[in-house]
Amino acid sequence: MPIDVDVAHVANLARLALSPEELDRYRQELGVILEHASRVQQVETSGIMPLSHPLGSGNVFRPDEPSPSLDREEVLEMAPESRDGFFVTPPALD
Amino acid sequence: MSPEPLSIVDAGAALRSGESTAVGLLASVLSRAEMTESELHCYLNLDREGASRAAASADEELERGVDRGALHGIPVAVKDNMCTRGLETTCSSQILSGYLPPYDATAVARLREAGAVIIGKTNLDEFAMGSSTENSAYGPTRNPWDTERVPGGSSGGSAAAVAAGSALGALGSDTGGSIRQPASLCGIVGMKPTYGLVSRYGLVAFASSLDQIGPLTRTVTDAAVLLAAVAGHDPADATSYSGPLPDFAAGLHAGVEGLKIGVVRELNGEGYQAEVSEATGDMLNRLSAQGAEVVEVSLPMFDVALSAYYLIAPAECSANLARFDGMRYGLSIKGPTAAATMAATRAEGFGPEVIRRILLGTYALSAGYFDAFYGQAQKVRSMLQSEFEAAYRKVDVLVSPASPTTAFRLGERTQDPLAMYLSDICTIPSNLSGHPAISVPISLDSKGLPIGFQVMAPALGEQVMFRVAAEVERLAGFGALPAPALAPPTRVPL
Repeated sequence: MPIDVDVAHVANLARLALSPEELDRYRQELGVILEHASRVQQVETSGIMPLSHPLGSGNVFRPDEPSPSLDREEVLEMAPESRDGFFVTPPALD
Repeated sequence: MSPEPLSIVDAGAALRSGESTAVGLLASVLSRAEMTESELHCYLNLDREGASRAAASADEELERGVDRGALHGIPVAVKDNMCTRGLETTCSSQILSGYLPPYDATAVARLREAGAVIIGKTNLDEFAMGSSTENSAYGPTRNPWDTERVPGGSSGGSAAAVAAGSALGALGSDTGGSIRQPASLCGIVGMKPTYGLVSRYGLVAFASSLDQIGPLTRTVTDAAVLLAAVAGHDPADATSYSGPLPDFAAGLHAGVEGLKIGVVRELNGEGYQAEVSEATGDMLNRLSAQGAEVVEVSLPMFDVALSAYYLIAPAECSANLARFDGMRYGLSIKGPTAAATMAATRAEGFGPEVIRRILLGTYALSAGYFDAFYGQAQKVRSMLQSEFEAAYRKVDVLVSPASPTTAFRLGERTQDPLAMYLSDICTIPSNLSGHPAISVPISLDSKGLPIGFQVMAPALGEQVMFRVAAEVERLAGFGALPAPALAPPTRVPL
């Protein structure tokens, strides 16, 4: 059975402003895909450690030496809006 | 007039014998592009100016006796999800339209250091999410063997360019098969290295624990040569492998005598085109006749690998693509608040498949569903890894078809996301395990479409993988088969 997803809630978490029609279409598609994906739940996994990284690397250190970073002006050239060397954004809080 | 060399190795020889120049090689691939681009649309952006400068400089260096090695003066293409300084990099997305990266991806920088001539940026499924290159905001790429069909994806532009001769080699990225599946559908060689072998710095991230850059070429030797140029430790990528690298091209033609080849039972049968299964079986018989021991191997977790992948990859993508917020670069649709700006920008800038995967991943990671979906998928991944390791204790390599079918028609799978996802069923396991794998063309089906054969090897097992792949290539004699219907590159005069 397709899985029923509260797509409006998920879209809000993902910061995607979707129309009611889009939400409805994604709800149906996600339901079918998740039904297939939920086959992982039929696998007996007790005692199995989850694998997040294929070749299990530990912490990686590099020498703590200063080096030049990206050019600020060049980076800000790609910004929709910048001022005095900073990005300009709308208010994060109401 | 001799025909223009088609392989990197042949082109390199022609450069050093004085038969060709880098400027001449570039002119030749650009003229191929001119003939084929209106039909195929492999490239999003041809950098004629930058390429001309690089080619002239490569010729000038060779004249002075400065030889940077196998890629010196060789025209190659780069998938448009790798940053190229000052050259538009879009990931085939509206959200990055016009984006000029302030730095080169490490793989791109290494190509430049190796003297390669970067021709341009190739088309892909948006953010490398897809198996047909139809999910590009800038229009699809078509298959040079049949322009009514897809080239596969997501590195479809790179694969089609190499197949059509508008590049001698190309870089792609492979998260679930995005190098090997299009290589298979376009009749060329495509290889995904061991995870960490090629730096991901500057590769726009899709699923960080799965993504890997690799070569698309016309021959197995070329794949080894191109890999050698871009592989190696990079402090800018914390997951980059820091151990010693083998000589990838060494022992390439040692044959398969005495090697043990495991045929994956789960990658055959229902859902596989009969001609693909037959061609695979035929190649196994030939390998056996060359002295390889061919045995069947069962890896039951392969049956749920696709399900695990479609939880893990979207989960990582939903986190990685959070960076597209309309504040620092790319498209920006201003709203009254930061959150409204993000939501409007992202809904407008991302295409449907990218949105689908962000939603899937956000759901799989959200409170109440994490353990049942993402957590469980990671445990399945762990079990799959153990099965692979057990198999590689018994055999040297595992083999299968590279794709369950040959190239499908444009539009055939776009309305059914799950059907599209099944295109990657043969390739996904090696991404989950981080192991190397390669697709080699072996024959054509009755419609004249290429069939690819996959060779998988254990972590850092590139040498044995290339060795088996080279024998498969030799036995198949694919180079002798008719080239793409669209103005075959073998017949282009110098």
